[in-house]
Amino acid sequence: MLRNFMRKYDVTDIVMWLIGLGLLLVVLWGSYKTLFVIQKYESSVWLDFFIFGLAQGSVYALIALGYTLVYGILFMINFAHGEVFTGGVFTAYFVAIAMERSGFIERHWVLALLILMAIAMTVSVAIAVLLERIAYRPLRGAPRLVPLITAIGASFFLQYTYRGIYGSGVKTYPDFPALDGKLNLLGREWPILTTQALVIVVAALMMVFLYWYVQKTKAGKAMRAVAEDKEAAALMGIDVDQVIVNTFALGGAMAGVAGILYALLFKQVNAFMGFIPGIKAFTAAVLGGIGNVPGAMLGGLFLGIVESLGPSLILDGLGIPAPYQLKDAIAFTLLVLVLIFRPTGILGERLSEKKA
Amino acid sequence: MTLLKLDNIHTYYGNIHALKGISIEVDEGEIVTLIGANGAGKSTTLKTISGLLYPRRGKVYLGDKDLTKFRAHEIVKMGVVHVPEGRRVFSRLTVMENLEMGAFTRKDKDGIKKDLQRVFELFPRLEERQTQVAGTLSGGEQQMLAIGRALMSRPHILLLDEPSMGLAPVLVDLIFDTITELNKQGMTILLVEQNALLALKVARRGYVLETGRIVLSGPAQELAENPQVREAYLGGA
Ligand SMILES: Nc1ncnc2c1ncn2[C@@H]1O[C@H](COP(=O)(O)OP(=O)(O)OP(=O)(O)O)[C@@H](O)[C@H]1O
Ligand SMILES: [Mg+2]
Repeated sequence: MLRNFMRKYDVTDIVMWLIGLGLLLVVLWGSYKTLFVIQKYESSVWLDFFIFGLAQGSVYALIALGYTLVYGILFMINFAHGEVFTGGVFTAYFVAIAMERSGFIERHWVLALLILMAIAMTVSVAIAVLLERIAYRPLRGAPRLVPLITAIGASFFLQYTYRGIYGSGVKTYPDFPALDGKLNLLGREWPILTTQALVIVVAALMMVFLYWYVQKTKAGKAMRAVAEDKEAAALMGIDVDQVIVNTFALGGAMAGVAGILYALLFKQVNAFMGFIPGIKAFTAAVLGGIGNVPGAMLGGLFLGIVESLGPSLILDGLGIPAPYQLKDAIAFTLLVLVLIFRPTGILGERLSEKKA
Repeated sequence: MTLLKLDNIHTYYGNIHALKGISIEVDEGEIVTLIGANGAGKSTTLKTISGLLYPRRGKVYLGDKDLTKFRAHEIVKMGVVHVPEGRRVFSRLTVMENLEMGAFTRKDKDGIKKDLQRVFELFPRLEERQTQVAGTLSGGEQQMLAIGRALMSRPHILLLDEPSMGLAPVLVDLIFDTITELNKQGMTILLVEQNALLALKVARRGYVLETGRIVLSGPAQELAENPQVREAYLGGA
């Protein structure tokens, strides 16, 4: 019997499963200690962690959509997508500063926010479309490693361009006084910061829009057709290049909005700010099953929440000092685990059918 | 009147010289068939017409327009519609969405609705399965969908690549009846087939292709009686 077993699973499989099991035990043990032995946090603190996780997860989800849409159509990872995100908010920053000085944000905060989003979207869309046109289109049909390396190059190029144009320091985004404090709605105070509520709602609206666009509109159906079979799509009269441009633009628009939401949550911008959220969003996209739209949304939210809850829940119980410093480690451990145990991601079964 | 004309077409895959000077004419309202062994270049010919491939030399004319100057999606708009080998339906889209993609270039809502009705009359099976994902259809149903989808663009000339491939005899008959019926309604058809006997039965004229060259052509009847053709493609009977 053992021999049969050994034949079916080779040694690396077994070792990987043991590591996985070990990690699971660590997670359970840490959570148990935190919740039942140390009991450092009250339940309201856990709720705060959770809501913060949901808010940052919404931002990840919006960025992740850009990775997943492009991957779904071209089977390439647009590693410069983090810089598409940066370009929008960073450009909008200068307008935001001007609006703060003139008191416009104070007087018309909704309008100010909409203007900032429109600017960020426009710039991000422009960068995404230019990237496709200049850096990726000439390489279509090249081996898959080539556009990947180009994307990494484009990413650095953009980071240093931003630094050159906009300066190297960390800049503080203007405050929206109307969004300070807890949410007051329907005559009572809710256990959520107004900013976080706004971030979650705007991100949700964007995601609903995107889902509707991809599933219900003619352009969205054409996008799915191109994702499946470019030749057959061309034979339907679909301009495949145009659909690819639309896909980059759509991803750029999501990243533009994500940028403003990020600025609302974290209040800071700099030329390199897109790198970490970009990688996190990529992780989220892989978590959900890259190429899969609902998967990217779910993956983003999941990652945001794990990152927010994980350090205190798991690491505190294990007696690790300053657990919050390790949130990135948790995020990437999660990525490695997913790649090992479920390479197609949470909703990824559809991907395996694809001939890639 | 000549509708489609290939003039000395040379098409390559990299260094592989797949078409070595093909000249074909298709008149308005005709069924013309292209027969030949595996690898002769039949699919390559259709792909060159529909713009999926560009010839290195030679021209493709639709009326007096040079199709080699246009890209595949633009050629569809001119009424030349290619049903590729192996169906190539969008397997993750529903039957209805596939048909909608067929009508992608059109804006006339009423006309689209009418053509949808017509496709459903032709293939009632598709109507029953509108909301089903195309990947889960049977092979025969997928072929119906592939043809129905092409009809949704209201083609002037239809390029069919092996519509009978892998189908049970009943379905083959259904597909060929459909081809004859469409032709009666005025559609011009260029038909590529392995099943030469059937193809020559429905076609008016035919071309025999061998390793990238036309080796024989003429009225379908004559080709069907030609001893060489019978030997090579009709099982020698
Ligand atoms: N993508 C390709 N790359 C390289 N060579 C190709 C490619 N497609 C076809 N060929 C070659 O071109 C020649 C013609 O192929 P084509 O597909 O046109 O044949 P066919 O007549 O349609 O055959 P079948 O009846 O098997 O479909 C063949 O020798 C084939 O090997
Ligand atoms: Mg063929």
